[in-house]
Amino acid sequence: MTHVPLEHVLFVSAGLFLLGLLGVIIRRNLLVIYMSLELMLNAGNLALVAFSRFNNNLNGQIMVFFIITVAAAEVAVGLALIVALYRKRQTVHVEDLTAMKL
Amino acid sequence: MQTLLFYIFAGLTLLCALLVVANPFSRNPVTSAMFLVLTIASLAGIFILLDAFFLAAVQVLVYAGAVIVLFLFVIMLLSLKEEERRQIRKFSLITGLISVVAITAVFARAFLSGKLRRPPPMPAVAGGTQPLGELLFSQYLLPFEIVSVLLLVAMIGTVLLSKRTLE
Amino acid sequence: MNTEDLAWIILLLPLASTVIITLFTQRDGKFSGKLSIGAVVLSFLFTIALLFALSESRVVDARSIEWLSIGDFKIELGLRLDPLSWLMLLIVTAVGGLIHIYSYGYMHDDPGMGRYFAGLSLFTFAMIGIVIANNFVQMFIFWELVGLSSYLLIGFWYERPAAADAAKKAFITNRLGDFGFILGIILIWSRLDTLKFDELQAHLLKTPGALGTASCVAGLLIFCGAVGKSAQFPLHVWLPDAMEGPTPVSALIHAATMVAAGVYMLCRVFFLYSATPAWPEALSFMSDWTALDLIAWIGVFTALLAAVIAVQQNDIKRILAYSTLSQLGYMIMAVGLSSPGAAMYHLSTHAFFKALLFLAAGSVIHALHHEQNIWEMGGLSRKMRVTKWTFLVGTLAIAGMPPLSGFYSKDEILAASSHRPLLFLVAALVAVLTTFYMFRLWFVAFGGNARSKLAEEAKESPAVMMWPLRILAILSIFGGLFGINAFVARQFEAARPGAQVIHLSLSERFFAPFTESPLGALAGLAAFAFGLSFAYAIYGNAKTDPIPEKLRILSRAMRRRFYFDELYQFLIAATHEMLSRLANWIDQWLIAGLGVRGLHGTTEGFGRVLRLVQTGNLQTYTFLFALGVAVVLFIVLMP
Repeated sequence: MTHVPLEHVLFVSAGLFLLGLLGVIIRRNLLVIYMSLELMLNAGNLALVAFSRFNNNLNGQIMVFFIITVAAAEVAVGLALIVALYRKRQTVHVEDLTAMKL
Repeated sequence: MQTLLFYIFAGLTLLCALLVVANPFSRNPVTSAMFLVLTIASLAGIFILLDAFFLAAVQVLVYAGAVIVLFLFVIMLLSLKEEERRQIRKFSLITGLISVVAITAVFARAFLSGKLRRPPPMPAVAGGTQPLGELLFSQYLLPFEIVSVLLLVAMIGTVLLSKRTLE
Repeated sequence: MNTEDLAWIILLLPLASTVIITLFTQRDGKFSGKLSIGAVVLSFLFTIALLFALSESRVVDARSIEWLSIGDFKIELGLRLDPLSWLMLLIVTAVGGLIHIYSYGYMHDDPGMGRYFAGLSLFTFAMIGIVIANNFVQMFIFWELVGLSSYLLIGFWYERPAAADAAKKAFITNRLGDFGFILGIILIWSRLDTLKFDELQAHLLKTPGALGTASCVAGLLIFCGAVGKSAQFPLHVWLPDAMEGPTPVSALIHAATMVAAGVYMLCRVFFLYSATPAWPEALSFMSDWTALDLIAWIGVFTALLAAVIAVQQNDIKRILAYSTLSQLGYMIMAVGLSSPGAAMYHLSTHAFFKALLFLAAGSVIHALHHEQNIWEMGGLSRKMRVTKWTFLVGTLAIAGMPPLSGFYSKDEILAASSHRPLLFLVAALVAVLTTFYMFRLWFVAFGGNARSKLAEEAKESPAVMMWPLRILAILSIFGGLFGINAFVARQFEAARPGAQVIHLSLSERFFAPFTESPLGALAGLAAFAFGLSFAYAIYGNAKTDPIPEKLRILSRAMRRRFYFDELYQFLIAATHEMLSRLANWIDQWLIAGLGVRGLHGTTEGFGRVLRLVQTGNLQTYTFLFALGVAVVLFIVLMP
């Protein structure tokens, strides 16, 4: 069994989350941004599992189950969007996709 | 032994995550996808160490097996070339760092509040398939069904979005 | 019918005439004229009747009708008949009546005759109202009415722009004076809590210091009303222009009665000036002067200014207008010298001979088909005898030749000024100038030979215009012997308890100036002699005016009335310009700039700033999102 204190697990989760956030902000390829987004989701999953383990409560894991499902669905739709966007604009470079600029 | 394993997996996770985001060697999105797979796998390892066996399996199956593959499909479909070496804009870097610092501050606050110091956990929490299934199909039946509808909707949406000519 | 009712009838007859003419008979000029004349003559007869009805006590203070009351402030309408108001009433109805009759002939061919007589009747009504008012507010109401009827009558020939402008000028200048007047009224009311003349007089007799530091200021403000109405400096500019009206109007309003209203008012409220003189803190540098001193100086200055200007005027009515100004200056000076009796005396004699002069001038103008330049006249003495003689009588009276009325009244004034050498000298100088320019007028217009075709063809005017001239001439000759001054002095004896009023016999009155104030009498005679000889020397047989070459710049300044009109025009234009620029600046910069464009700009600025948030860049949004989440979490998780 692990005698790892809770904070350490949460450190990892936090680190993952921050790396994901950094990726979203710094990278300019739409797909890589999306991947960083997945990282953030996974960070959340990790935190939930950690808490579930340390509070002896299974609900956290159920939550993660649902999150993974929804994330999968989301990825499917999101990638479809990116494909459609690519067809229209011929680019996935985020700086070229500023049609929402006022 | 397990503690050590945990730390190895943790380090691996973080390292791979970093390489997803900021790869000094190649800016190919495929590289990022590969490292994402590794991150998922390490994460699955940590899950196992945290007694979430079912979830670890699901993680590998769904995430590494389906999601990342989908990513790769799309990358290949769009036949993206390697990104030109554009400099990382200063602006992005600064904003990124600021937001990271902001969120870190929140986390630090949480960590330093001292409420997380607990004794190490009791052994044997059931994270296997059976207990999870029991809970899922009894207490969480409704969300389960709704999620299936959600998946249906996502499928329809995807099909619609990828039509060549939208009529 | 008691005496009070009679007085009200005297007041209301002309009003009835005005109303009837305005509403019903305006188109029929002749009938309107007869109606109006009838009203005035009736008023005159009633006035005479009134005089005899009250032989004992000659003061009537009729019960007042409360008109308006606001809190403690009550405005009443009532009437007061005492020697002063009787005299004025007599003058207004008598001289007014004669002028009404004269107008019937003068305005015979004018299509607006009905309107004219309506205006004359309105004027008569208002003038009587001023004269019999027993409190300040009532007097002020009728004061304004008189100003209104003056406006209507000056601008009678309103198609002429000069007439319309002159009417406006008169009204506005009057208004300026009235502004001071009403400030004075308010000041007095605030100190003494009442506006009725008898109450005010009693109060001030008991406690002369009741007005406190406001006494001189209040006196001056009240005097402002007289400055406006009686055309003293600096508000003298309207009177010469008022000559644009018909000549009878000039005679009635601007010679005999309305302009005299200012003098009358000062005499009526003379008791105010016997209150202890005092100035407020801010004006303490004036403490050597009283309000009366200032009044005297303004009066004499006006007299001098007007006389000098008159020397170089060439329009017959303008000369007479400036002579009116000059004589009014004399009257005001008399008031300033604490001799209201002398002022009223001169007012009455002036009414006679000035009305006479104007009506005679009107006869000349009428005969010459409205030519008014004296240098186009000449040789009229042969063609218009009655006019010539009556005009001569008027000229002698105003110049102060004994035994005509003018000599006596002018002598009273000179006598009053004799203990103030500077004023006396100036007054004497004005007398010389008066004689000079009046005889200049007579010699040029009536003497010599005809200078133009119009003058050659002049004929005497109709009889209806001649009879008033004759009557007024007789009054001018014998007016000095009626004892008007004694009559009026009774009014003022309460103010000067030490003075005694002596009743003189006719022969004593004849020589009174020489016995009582020889200096004044001699000065008057000398002035007459000098003036006449100068005038004869220069203008005895003149074809053109010789003075302009001799006194070039001075002559031009005199003819141009010392550029007062131009100065006022400039001041008004400058003020107007400044105000409109200020308004424009406010409108442009404050309202449009700060207000409208500021609001618009601020909103737009805000919008523009906020727009920068919408970069369309996904990563900016993410950054802001992350920041927002961090902030919210931080706040929520605060201990």
